[in-house]
Amino acid sequence: MFGHLLERVRALFLSVLLIASFALPAFAGPFEDAVAKFANDEFSDTGEAIEAVATSGNPLAFPIISALQEERLTADPESKKVFITQTDGKIIDAATGAAVDKLPDNAASVRLNNRLRRTVEAALGSLTLLSPDPAKRVAAAQSVFKSHDENALSVVEGALAKETDKAAKQAFTEARAAIILFKSDASDNDKLEAVSVIKSRGDQEALAVLTSAAADQPPLIAKAIASAVSSMQSNLAMWSAVQNAWYGLSLGSVLLLAAIGLAITFGVMGVINMAHGEMVMLGAYTTFVVQEVIRTSYPGLFDYSLLIAVPLAFLVAGGVGVLIERSIIRFLYGRPLETLLATWGLSLVLQQAVRTMFGPTNREVGNPSWMSGAFELGQITITYNRLWILCFTLAVFAILLAMLRYTALGLEMRAVTQNRRMAASMGIATSRVDALTFGLGSGIAGIAGVALSQIDNVSPNLGQSYIIDSFMVVVFGGVGNLWGTLVGAFTLGIANKFLEPVAGAVLGKIAILVLIILFIQKRPRGLFALKGRAVEA
Amino acid sequence: MLTQLTHDRATLSRRGWLAAAAGLVLGLASSPFSPAKAADDTIKVGVLHSLSGTMAISETTLKDTILFLIDEQNKKGGVLGKKLEAVVVDPASNWPLFAEKARELITKDKVAVVFGCWTSVSRKSVLPVFKELNNILFYPVQYEGEESERNVFYTGAAPNQQAIPAVDYLMKDEKVKRWVLAGTDYVYPRTTNKILEAYLKSKGVKQEDIMINYTPFGHSDWQTIVADIKKFGSAGKKTAVVSTINGDANVPFYKELGNQGIKATDIPVVAFSVGEEELAGIDTKPLVGHLAAWNYFESIKTPANEKFIKDWQAYTKNPKRVTNDPMEAHYIGFNMWVKAVEKAKSTDPDKVIDALPGIEAPNLTGGVSKMLPNHHITKPVFIGEIKGNGQFDVVWKTPGLVAGDAWSKELEGSKDLIGDWVGKKCGNWNTKTNKCGGQGS
Repeated sequence: MFGHLLERVRALFLSVLLIASFALPAFAGPFEDAVAKFANDEFSDTGEAIEAVATSGNPLAFPIISALQEERLTADPESKKVFITQTDGKIIDAATGAAVDKLPDNAASVRLNNRLRRTVEAALGSLTLLSPDPAKRVAAAQSVFKSHDENALSVVEGALAKETDKAAKQAFTEARAAIILFKSDASDNDKLEAVSVIKSRGDQEALAVLTSAAADQPPLIAKAIASAVSSMQSNLAMWSAVQNAWYGLSLGSVLLLAAIGLAITFGVMGVINMAHGEMVMLGAYTTFVVQEVIRTSYPGLFDYSLLIAVPLAFLVAGGVGVLIERSIIRFLYGRPLETLLATWGLSLVLQQAVRTMFGPTNREVGNPSWMSGAFELGQITITYNRLWILCFTLAVFAILLAMLRYTALGLEMRAVTQNRRMAASMGIATSRVDALTFGLGSGIAGIAGVALSQIDNVSPNLGQSYIIDSFMVVVFGGVGNLWGTLVGAFTLGIANKFLEPVAGAVLGKIAILVLIILFIQKRPRGLFALKGRAVEA
Repeated sequence: MLTQLTHDRATLSRRGWLAAAAGLVLGLASSPFSPAKAADDTIKVGVLHSLSGTMAISETTLKDTILFLIDEQNKKGGVLGKKLEAVVVDPASNWPLFAEKARELITKDKVAVVFGCWTSVSRKSVLPVFKELNNILFYPVQYEGEESERNVFYTGAAPNQQAIPAVDYLMKDEKVKRWVLAGTDYVYPRTTNKILEAYLKSKGVKQEDIMINYTPFGHSDWQTIVADIKKFGSAGKKTAVVSTINGDANVPFYKELGNQGIKATDIPVVAFSVGEEELAGIDTKPLVGHLAAWNYFESIKTPANEKFIKDWQAYTKNPKRVTNDPMEAHYIGFNMWVKAVEKAKSTDPDKVIDALPGIEAPNLTGGVSKMLPNHHITKPVFIGEIKGNGQFDVVWKTPGLVAGDAWSKELEGSKDLIGDWVGKKCGNWNTKTNKCGGQGS
């Protein structure tokens, strides 16, 4: 997309060069002077340079300003020469377009601050309004909509007249409406029409444009704006309930993911495993190691790093789980307090071990491109990482359920947990099943770590923040029941997210804990209590 | 196999057991690093920073910094002809243990000075020990102010050396009219936000243009709050977020900002607790342009800073190791202490406490910081914007050095108070009544 554009710019530029070589001196002084200002390392000069370059009409204007935005524009403070490092790594002189072999040693990136970044965005917006790529035109129109720069009006109207793409046409209409609304000499009728165009857009940005335009307007327009704003607000309020529900689902999926492994080790096996959080942490660190290896050796595979990390995290955390079960926990079956102490101590040992190996600070786990960003659904924003985590959680849950139900190992696990002695009499190697069950729970915690590394810190403390929540979900949902864990996690997530806007994050959390305490008083075995002989076994 | 009933009981009584278990294990885990050998030819320096637990993420670096500074000083021949010897203890992010370890450092190891603490609650926990046993604490972290103690020297920023200049910058340069004050729910953000709220109102900002939001420690689900900020910012006035969000909660907060597409050009976030170390765990490309206010940035180009970074990376044998603001505070504080000891010709705490006010030591950003009578120091204030490589680019700085106020001028209860340990010998002198005592006495 971008390469295509660059190619066109380059073609354009070559043709200009061709003309220039016939009609010397075609490159006038002002453009070069403006470009040289980038080398002064003063924000005010850079601002002037952007304006001058953007309005120069010079074909180099777009490459210069887009390079500036992406920190690819460098300047040599001594010779006042400015260079563009193109996306393909080639370097050209920004003032003339001539190719340069390498950057001078003391060349430094041209610095920006937020004010200049806005200027750059606006300038790029008006420079790309006529881009051949419809997506680029939409983006440009959006930035004009935000900046509502009067100078862009004629270009926008020109573009609108010959626009064929539906989305771009809509974006141009909205951009034009925003400009007209802010134009002091536009007629009342035009402005009223502009208000209704912006109103029909209906999102937060439209609301922002309308409210900021409300000041110093004639009374008729001000009234129209006020009524548009109030109808948009009530519409947005309805959407915000939908949004809360989505946030609740997403929080619920994170809770479920963290708790699902514990639902096996604690819920099914009955081991109070305080080191559960550390299994999650091991999974997250496995992701980090996988990404490190990919970054240094196979950079092309980065987008697949999570897919590679999932089985590895399962093996690492599951392996550690089996080890813990064989070396510590099997001696402590039936002694809950000792198990609690031993696993708590173990969790501290694991934390400190990771701290010693990887250092106490956060480690960077990158988001693959398909996990970054967001899309709009109606008036709510759905971020990709949350969406994928929700899907992933449900998949893990389904696979686990199927495994317990349809495989031989699952059957043995259920048999051993329901009646150990009977299972042993039937020839099941109960201690092997114990080790495998604990390993399975730990491995799933490791998988959770892969997903959580995408939204949380990867630090030695990662597990601690999830252990309380995980126990809460398992106990609330009903110990020993996977479906209870599922319902419990989503109930808590949604309740939390509907309380949070009302009570605030701190009080919301307290309220949830109080509700759970009351609930447990009433139903000590959670939402879905196990019935029958298994309970007493 | 357990019965299900025991499971439930055990889970319900888990908290009590947790506390007992935590106390036991932490107590065992945290024995002092170096054995305390009494030797007359060394001066002992206590290092009281958490090396395990939640705060290890920030404090471990400060322990290394003091060891590094002691190493450098010993290469120059030590102090008063004696070598310095570090005594490192691990208070394990456990506030009562801070007081215990401080007592151990002073009475058992007989240290001449202690460098330590990060959170305000840990400082408050060790205060009585330092008063009772009369020793010196150098505290290197930006904090909420409202305190001036004889035994404590505050080398981090007071609110007027960080929060207020940052808000001024946003008001003047970014023309911000609407403010979100977001913080973690504990004393530093609450006091800082109280000061900021009073300050903003004194500048004519209306109540409806200020949104205050607190979150629990380690908050990781920021979806609702980020959406609220987005909504608050769409009222047609330029909006900014002033963040006193602490520690681990920052990474998910910034990730959510990036994912929901809030760019610095729309709603800038200025943070007081996010430095180079915190950014080391995030991909900063979506965060370019968000701001931080500090008294030091690694990217500041001065010969002193370049030498410090080079020596630090050589000492830690890690060419990627970053430096940050509290490290610089320790650098200044350590050098001030060395100069004061040399001036007093003694390591006796009383003499050093009297010698410290007025002592000047160069900071790493090209200026000379001075210890004030209220035991705070003068520092420059910088506003930096996050860059794509995890460093900060300084976009604004105060024209000169700013003197730290122990007592905020913005708050009703404290605006008449000053700390003066030279003339008045009092940490909370009331300039209206001309008496020692007042709030905080």
